[in-house]
Amino acid sequence: MSYYDLSSLDVTVAALLILINGAISSALGLGLEKRLLIAAVRTVVQLLLLGYVLKWIFGASHWLAIVGMMLAMSAIAGVSAVRRTERRYPGVWLTSMTAVMASSWIVLGVALTGVISPAVWSSNPAQYAIPLMGMILGNTLNGISLGLDRLTQELTAHRPEVEMRLCLGANRWEAARPFIANSIRTGMVPIINSMMVVGLVSLPGMMTGQILAGAEPMAAVRYQIVIMFLIAAGAALGTTMAVLLGYRRLFNRSHQFLSGTIRKVKT
Amino acid sequence: MTASDSHPLLTADRLCRTAEDGTRLLDEVSLSLNKGETVALVGAPGSGKTLLLRALAMLDPLDGGEVRLRGDLVTPELVPRFRAQVIYVQQRPSLIEGTVRENLILPFMYDSHATRSFDEDTIVSRLSRLGRDSGFLDRTTDDLSGGESQMVALLRVLQLDPAVVLLDEPTSSLDQQTAVQVETLLRQWMHEDSHRGMLVVTHDESQAERLAERIVRMQRGQIIVTEEGQP
Repeated sequence: MSYYDLSSLDVTVAALLILINGAISSALGLGLEKRLLIAAVRTVVQLLLLGYVLKWIFGASHWLAIVGMMLAMSAIAGVSAVRRTERRYPGVWLTSMTAVMASSWIVLGVALTGVISPAVWSSNPAQYAIPLMGMILGNTLNGISLGLDRLTQELTAHRPEVEMRLCLGANRWEAARPFIANSIRTGMVPIINSMMVVGLVSLPGMMTGQILAGAEPMAAVRYQIVIMFLIAAGAALGTTMAVLLGYRRLFNRSHQFLSGTIRKVKT
Repeated sequence: MTASDSHPLLTADRLCRTAEDGTRLLDEVSLSLNKGETVALVGAPGSGKTLLLRALAMLDPLDGGEVRLRGDLVTPELVPRFRAQVIYVQQRPSLIEGTVRENLILPFMYDSHATRSFDEDTIVSRLSRLGRDSGFLDRTTDDLSGGESQMVALLRVLQLDPAVVLLDEPTSSLDQQTAVQVETLLRQWMHEDSHRGMLVVTHDESQAERLAERIVRMQRGQIIVTEEGQP
């Protein structure tokens, strides 16, 4: 198996394909030309920057640089999860940050101790830790934003029912439980759907990358299976934590629903 | 006579609630409800009647004041048990999707009613007084009229044998005949046990006089006058 290193010219040729999108937008009057150009430039700039950062971290191979990079990635994921929500409450940023940090670091810890032996990655931890963290975070962030969005939306829409339950003597958990369950379900559905069709509808990006880089297909498949379970665990843990932390913020210890603290924002 | 017998059934002491813009929604409201007593709360819309009922049910955080049941202060961990005894019935009834029976069974799922169970015979007897037979229990809530939903919400509460019911316009969505039946049901419920109490918000002055021993009038978040009723 060989690995072909793409030249700058190869990349430029591929980048020209964006002209197809531009032509379609122009012909049909979609008005997307400016956004396409910005998106294309951002793709190149962001990935080049990432490449330089990774190159530096791989070269430095110092644990502080690796942990710092992963902390920054987690923090960006925590912020992004909230930015995607339509309704927010005081403390939602902390909710999201805590859920992202706890879930992704726990799952990564399991991956780098139980699944991939430290003997394998100890000589170059960045090569394993950072890509794994990236994949876990991407799905965790999605689950958290969907879960939190659904929680605030359900509780707002069903406020009379929540209060009716409280009035009848339900404690805060009993009153909120149906809505908590719906929210966690919503956050977990996308990853379950992905697992249902993985390999049937599309080849997963990571597996494709490994095969292009010269890995044996079965070795790439084994990695992909591990990744699917890691991201499923990350999404489940992150969504559940975020929804439960959100619930604790929205119901005080006197079993009162603080509906007035939920605010709709423009997204 | 025990210590709890010497106290009013329900006491609100200087309840305060302020809106975000600084408006006093409840301005040091104090009120007590005695055993066997029905009190009607009247006043213009926006005078704070519903907010007072919600405050008595401890549904909203307050800026000051306290609520006591038989003289005992309600601490945060005891709120669900308190609400199992002092039950607020919303003006617009909220029912879960499903049948009337499922709605009536709902509260028995909660820890605070764990020692009780659904008694269909009592419900059927109360339904017959409201002109409905046992088949009504199998109706789905989607098929109920506004008045019927109100009846179900009320029956769901009365079956729990609370010490106090806080009713927010209990007959506002009922036709005249059903409203009379509901008033009768409420009066009978009060007569069944002299340790019960009822606080009713109503815009109907004649209903206040029919039902209540005392009529409390509110204005701008304050109690301005208390009158005798003629039940």
